[in-house]
Amino acid sequence: MSGAKLDAIVVGAGHNGLVAACYLARAGLKVLVLERNDYVGGAAVSRQLYENFTYSNCSYVCSLLRPEIMRALELPKHGLQIIPYDGGCTMMSDGGHLAIYDNHDALRREISRHSQRDAEAYDRYSRDVMRQCKFIKPLLLREPPDPASFRPRDIRSLLDLGFRLNRLGSERIYDTLRFWTMSAADFLDEYFESEIVKAHFAGSSIIGTALGPRSPGTAYVLLHHYMGEIDDTVGAWGFARGGMGAVSASLAASLRASGGTIRTDAGIDRILVHGGRAVGVVLHDGEEIRAPLVLSSMDVKRTFLESIEAKELPGEFVQQVRNFKIRGSSGKLNIALDGLPVFPAIPAGAPCSRGDMHVTDTIEMMERAYDDWKDGTWSRAPYIDMLIPSQIDPTMAPDGKHYMSVFVQYCPYELASGPWDAQQRKAFGDTVIDTIANHSPNFKSLILHAEVRTPWDIEREVGLTEGNIFQGELTMDQLLFNRPIPGYAQYRTPLDGLYLCGSSTHPGGGVMGAPGANAARAVLRDLGRAVTQ
Amino acid sequence: MSNEREPLPHYQEPLLQTPFHDRARALSQLDSFIPWSGYTTVDVFTTVEQEYFAIRNAATLYDLTPMVKYRVAGPGAQRYLNRLVTRDVAKLKVNRVSYCVWCDDSGHVIDDGTLFRLGEDEYRLCTAERQIDWLLDSASGFDVAVTEVTEQIAALALQGPTSCAVLKQLGLAGVERLKPFELRGFEAGGLRVTVSRTGFTGDLGYELWVAPEDAILLWDTLMTRGKSRGIRPIGSRALNLARIEAGFLAPNVDFVSAERTLRVGSSRSPLELGLGWLVDFEKGHFTGRRALLEERRRGPRRQLVGLDIDGNKPAVNALLYAERSARNEIGSVSSAMWSPTCKRNIALAMVDVPHITPGSSLWADVYLNRELVWERRMCRARVVERPFFAPDRRRATPPADV
Ligand SMILES: Cc1cc2nc3c(=O)[nH]c(=O)nc-3n(C[C@H](O)[C@H](O)[C@H](O)COP(=O)(O)OP(=O)(O)OC[C@H]3O[C@@H](n4cnc5c(N)ncnc54)[C@H](O)[C@@H]3O)c2cc1C
Repeated sequence: MSGAKLDAIVVGAGHNGLVAACYLARAGLKVLVLERNDYVGGAAVSRQLYENFTYSNCSYVCSLLRPEIMRALELPKHGLQIIPYDGGCTMMSDGGHLAIYDNHDALRREISRHSQRDAEAYDRYSRDVMRQCKFIKPLLLREPPDPASFRPRDIRSLLDLGFRLNRLGSERIYDTLRFWTMSAADFLDEYFESEIVKAHFAGSSIIGTALGPRSPGTAYVLLHHYMGEIDDTVGAWGFARGGMGAVSASLAASLRASGGTIRTDAGIDRILVHGGRAVGVVLHDGEEIRAPLVLSSMDVKRTFLESIEAKELPGEFVQQVRNFKIRGSSGKLNIALDGLPVFPAIPAGAPCSRGDMHVTDTIEMMERAYDDWKDGTWSRAPYIDMLIPSQIDPTMAPDGKHYMSVFVQYCPYELASGPWDAQQRKAFGDTVIDTIANHSPNFKSLILHAEVRTPWDIEREVGLTEGNIFQGELTMDQLLFNRPIPGYAQYRTPLDGLYLCGSSTHPGGGVMGAPGANAARAVLRDLGRAVTQ
Repeated sequence: MSNEREPLPHYQEPLLQTPFHDRARALSQLDSFIPWSGYTTVDVFTTVEQEYFAIRNAATLYDLTPMVKYRVAGPGAQRYLNRLVTRDVAKLKVNRVSYCVWCDDSGHVIDDGTLFRLGEDEYRLCTAERQIDWLLDSASGFDVAVTEVTEQIAALALQGPTSCAVLKQLGLAGVERLKPFELRGFEAGGLRVTVSRTGFTGDLGYELWVAPEDAILLWDTLMTRGKSRGIRPIGSRALNLARIEAGFLAPNVDFVSAERTLRVGSSRSPLELGLGWLVDFEKGHFTGRRALLEERRRGPRRQLVGLDIDGNKPAVNALLYAERSARNEIGSVSSAMWSPTCKRNIALAMVDVPHITPGSSLWADVYLNRELVWERRMCRARVVERPFFAPDRRRATPPADV
């Protein structure tokens, strides 16, 4: 590396690594981002794997990215545009369907087709979800307080949390505490009577999670997915125009504009440690790069178990990192289509086919799908979150043709029958394609190309350990001051000069940017620099 | 029902049409419709002023069909309702109507509405918001059936000083003997109609309830027979002016249902809304009683009051201060208007204790638009008694034969 001395190295050009780098560069630090792949973005990427089609290969909906970050880093100026989509639906095995519409009256009349009571309970349900989101929102762009540190900052922060909890009033405190630990199925039972309504809303409680809808803790996961809806700002939920890679591309452009550098094809082999301090990195080809600060956006396991020698770390810490739950449970298909598939269950002209579509119509079916995962195989009747973004974003596919994104829950990282191979991967892909074809007679005949990704593939390509999409599960024992490791939840690590800035840290996974922004602020605070929100 | 065309499915046309829709559309000169409770309804027919003055001078028709209606029936109906609402339902006689509020466990208002006692064990509850979920949850343990009947009943509000005269023209024998909050069924000229002496205008007026099949006949008869009495249809804007003068609260304007609020502290108790007179602590247990007892003991921290404000510019959304220098913010205005009838600049506002007693003097921060140049004025405001307008004719039985 030529030129002036570096202030900081960021390992990994996933969106969080880029966000952290942007904040540091804007504070005047000389920053270098090192990315193993020959493209930036990590799990927020757009790639062309089939002629003239753009896939959002991993993440596909931009719902969590904090508006504060978009604004502070001037992402719109650097090309980011988020476009909303309207609603979604679940197709039922008996040929019926439940649709979700933006318009309140259309939605009420739609849910009423299944249960009048649920149609009206929906308002109470969204109110309660929003109340919980509102409680959590101020915690997103902050270091979680450490309840054991007794430093004034932590005590202040805990007091603030306690104060806000107290202001909720006793009933809502109970609700909040219960909510954080209960199962999505139990939570939904408190509002709805109709199976299809419950099944539809339960979907987001299992996405990316190695738990079933009846497992305690899944109500929180459901909330995590709603977090983007809480901002009253229009245009915070939808597709990133040009696919999720547009998020990373705008971050990269913003970083370059403030003087940062990105090197792709530059995977690190290990982090250099000298006297309990991170002092730089060694690339796969042996090149050594030094800097007084290293921020790792790799997940906590990859950072500490694969990139640092165990002898440099406290033994108990290493043990806790080993125990961090990061089980892979999701697969993804990206499909190029020669035309628009027909779904007879949805009335022609209903806009719900432009949103997220599902085919799991009972919670029981979801739980059975989870059972298959526990048995070490992919779900025979998987839960799918299927969208056709090209209906809204014209840049994703040639005119008249369509790009379909299919997120699949559950798919194991390791099969009971042995390692994943090309044949097994194809069989997994076929299960998903057959599932869709059951609801769309012309679907199969339209397929031009399909990218099939198992958790094993996701690990290899993105570096997410076991293919866990959130860099670690979002359960209470791994959230807030417990994320990733109690005592190390404030982006700092046992090594001086080494920080974590990826989704393994608070507030967790998804294309949110908050871990990266919070980590950068922790660095700046330690440097004694002014920190802005 | 003879609508011009079949309505489209809900995802293409989310709003329903009431049985009066064709008539309303034909008479609406401005094509100014707004959504109300899932229906499309008229905001203004001709001009707000003409419509408003018809309420205070002649007779007006307002399509009430979207008002959410529930049938509450069964041997346990009275006990159920007494548990639900804060008023003593046991005192409500057959063929009488009562204005009620109901609360959640924390004593915060879920909704307000009118309760009709149609028979020994049969009631109708008219509400602003749909809430079958809450009503059914509250029904567990009571021998009662609660069903929504909004679509089964068409309704028109006939309001104004000549409204009784119009009904007499229809041949409703003895309608003039109907007392305020009384209801009765009539049959005349092939029309079966239930008439209640109720309304949202604070003036002489009635509400007429028919089967949807009879809706057009009712409308046409009223419009023809009422012609000489100056009858005209009105939209929501004119009605809103009359209801502010009458001092009535509008949900989602003057308060938000506890079923909807997200922020701690934005729900309101009946005591805060100045509706303490609707709360009967002596009648036995009702939902929210414990919390309301506690609040009564402490005294509410703020209250909804009426204001009379200097100048003639409506103090829409104004913040209120204890002193002209605007140092201490003590409340805000939720509804405001220049009252053409009272010739006063009136408002409904939520105001902190102790500034709630009639005669208290506060300052309102009023914004004036002078040909797109905005000016800010601190105007003196006085807390006054509600209603602002309460003519004797609203109570007189029989009403004067004008
Ligand atoms: C299939 C799938 C679907 C998803 N869907 C959504 C969605 O719709 N909406 C949403 O909000 N979230 C979604 N997510 C989650 C979200 O994409 C991730 O949580 C988020 O992108 C993680 O970002 P990150 O920057 O923390 O980590 P990553 O994106 O994992 O970034 C880490 C980076 O480090 C690089 N790296 C790894 N090892 C090395 C090394 N040795 N040297 C140098 N670089 C290295 C990687 O290549 C990668 O670029 C999805 C994830 C997946 C996998």
